[in-house]
Order: sequence, then structure tokens, then C-alpha cells
Amino acid sequence: MTRGTDIDCNELVEIVTDYLEGTLDADIHRRVTEHLDQCDGCDAYVEQMRETVRLAGTLRQDELRPEMRDRLLAAFRGWRTDTTPSA
Amino acid sequence: MEVRQSRTVGPAVDSADARLVRALRDGDEAAFARLVERWTPTMLAVANSCVPSRAVAEDVVQETWLAVLTGLHRFEGRSRLRTWVFSILVNIARSRGARERRSVPFSALSYDETAPTVAADRFLPSGDEWAGHWSAPPLAWDLPESAALSGEIRSRLRAALDALPARQRAVVQLRDVLGLDPGEVCELLGLEPGNQRVLLHRGRARLRQALEDYMNEART
Repeated sequence: MTRGTDIDCNELVEIVTDYLEGTLDADIHRRVTEHLDQCDGCDAYVEQMRETVRLAGTLRQDELRPEMRDRLLAAFRGWRTDTTPSA
Repeated sequence: MEVRQSRTVGPAVDSADARLVRALRDGDEAAFARLVERWTPTMLAVANSCVPSRAVAEDVVQETWLAVLTGLHRFEGRSRLRTWVFSILVNIARSRGARERRSVPFSALSYDETAPTVAADRFLPSGDEWAGHWSAPPLAWDLPESAALSGEIRSRLRAALDALPARQRAVVQLRDVLGLDPGEVCELLGLEPGNQRVLLHRGRARLRQALEDYMNEART
């Protein structure tokens, strides 16, 4: 195996997000892709960053807790009673 | 993929806002509930960028909704309803953040945002023929699909998210949990694009590490 790359692994892990966001210069982007083709460790790292993003998306459903939703609706009813007594 | 315009202003949108405001003024609880479902997760994330905890963020968001309702008669439709609501939110969140004495500077990067995101000892030291390459590379994960994901993984991930520094947490929530695009996040949090990416990267790296720790425990 040849080294064939001038980006070290400890540098690559710091530009993974720029890589995934597509904001790297074309030349650096290509060098990262080449590095990933040759390096199982970095390939696994990038894949895990993608997995992390995917898993974070599964937290969406817990963002608005039901208790909080109920509290807000109760506040709405309180406000409505204060402002429109006839409603 | 088609690029989303984050500031589409047109008659249809304006009249949608007008209808919404009228419904709220008329005391339409279903309309309020829909609005709460749609905006509250984003509001919580934005509040998170200014305050130390999820509990305080929830307070801020509740206070915001009350301010919106009591101020509704003053809303004149000069800006989008959403813009107006979020400007109220940011004001309340910042003053609450200052009161909590944990107010977070919005421009300069802190030391925490320049340190390596992966522990230095996972790479070979300088002097080694392969200096800078992995000495302890990450092992592949064997994860189930989201639907079958264990509650344990989700709660570990949630804990890691809640433990992030305020601005990292806000950016990760908006981008990865809620799926907003980078432009919207920069606008909501008042960030430069490069700074947004730094915060996203650091936050994601910590969440990845938390997941790796979990996987390694599960292996032993």
C-alpha cells in the first residue's frame, strides 16, 4: 500500500463536516475522497458521522414533550378566557 | 436537489399569516395547537442557544407564546408572523440567558471550539512512520434501522445532545434533529456560515463519540 495522500487521518476527521456539507475546495474534496478509498479507519469515521446525523433525526419526535404541549394549550385557554369572555 | 428559498414572501403567504392571526384572535384552539406543533421544536432549539438547559428553554418558549398571544393585537403584518414570533423569542431567551449568568457570546469561538474533536491518542504520534494516522481506528457499528432502534441508544444520544455546549446543541438540533437547511440556521441563530459548520462539526463529533462509547460497552 502506498500512502498516496497528503491529508493525515487526524486532519481528515476535522474536515469531515465540511466534506459532507460540500464546502471544501474541489481539490481538497478530491483528496479526501481518495484518502477514504484507501483508509478503513477514516472511512468508518465518516460513515459513523453520517449515522450520527441519521440517528439524531430520530430524536425529533421527543422535541416537544406532551406535558409542554398541554401547558401551552392550557395557557391559550387562559388567555382566551381573559380576552374574549363571551367565547 | 432543489434549493429551498428561506424567505418566500408573497400574497399567498401574507394572507396565510392574516388568516392565522385572525384564527388566534378568535380563540381557535386547533389553529393554535397546529402552530405550536409546527414551531415549538425550532423555538426550543433557538432558545437553547442562549440558556443553560432544556428546562429553561421550555420556560422561555412558554413565556414567548404568552407574549405572542397578549401582543397579537399589536401585530400589524409588516413582517412575517414567524419572523415576529422568533424576534420575541430571541429577546426573551437572551435576557433570560443573561439572568442565568451563562450568557453565551455569539461571535468569538471559545477554546472549546478549537481543540481537536477526536482524542490525540487515537492517532500515531509524531516521529512514527505513520504519524497522524489512526492507532485506534473506529470499529464498524452494527446498528438496526431507526424504527427498531433501542430506547437505550436514543436516550444515550439525547443525553449527549443535552450535554453539548449551548450553541453546538442549538445548531445540531436545528440541522440534524429538525432537518433545517444551513441558511435557515444561520439566520435563526445569527451565525456566519463557517461558524455554523464549526459548531455543527463539534456537536456531531461529540454525539458520534457518545455512540461509539455505547457500542464499545455493548461489545464487552
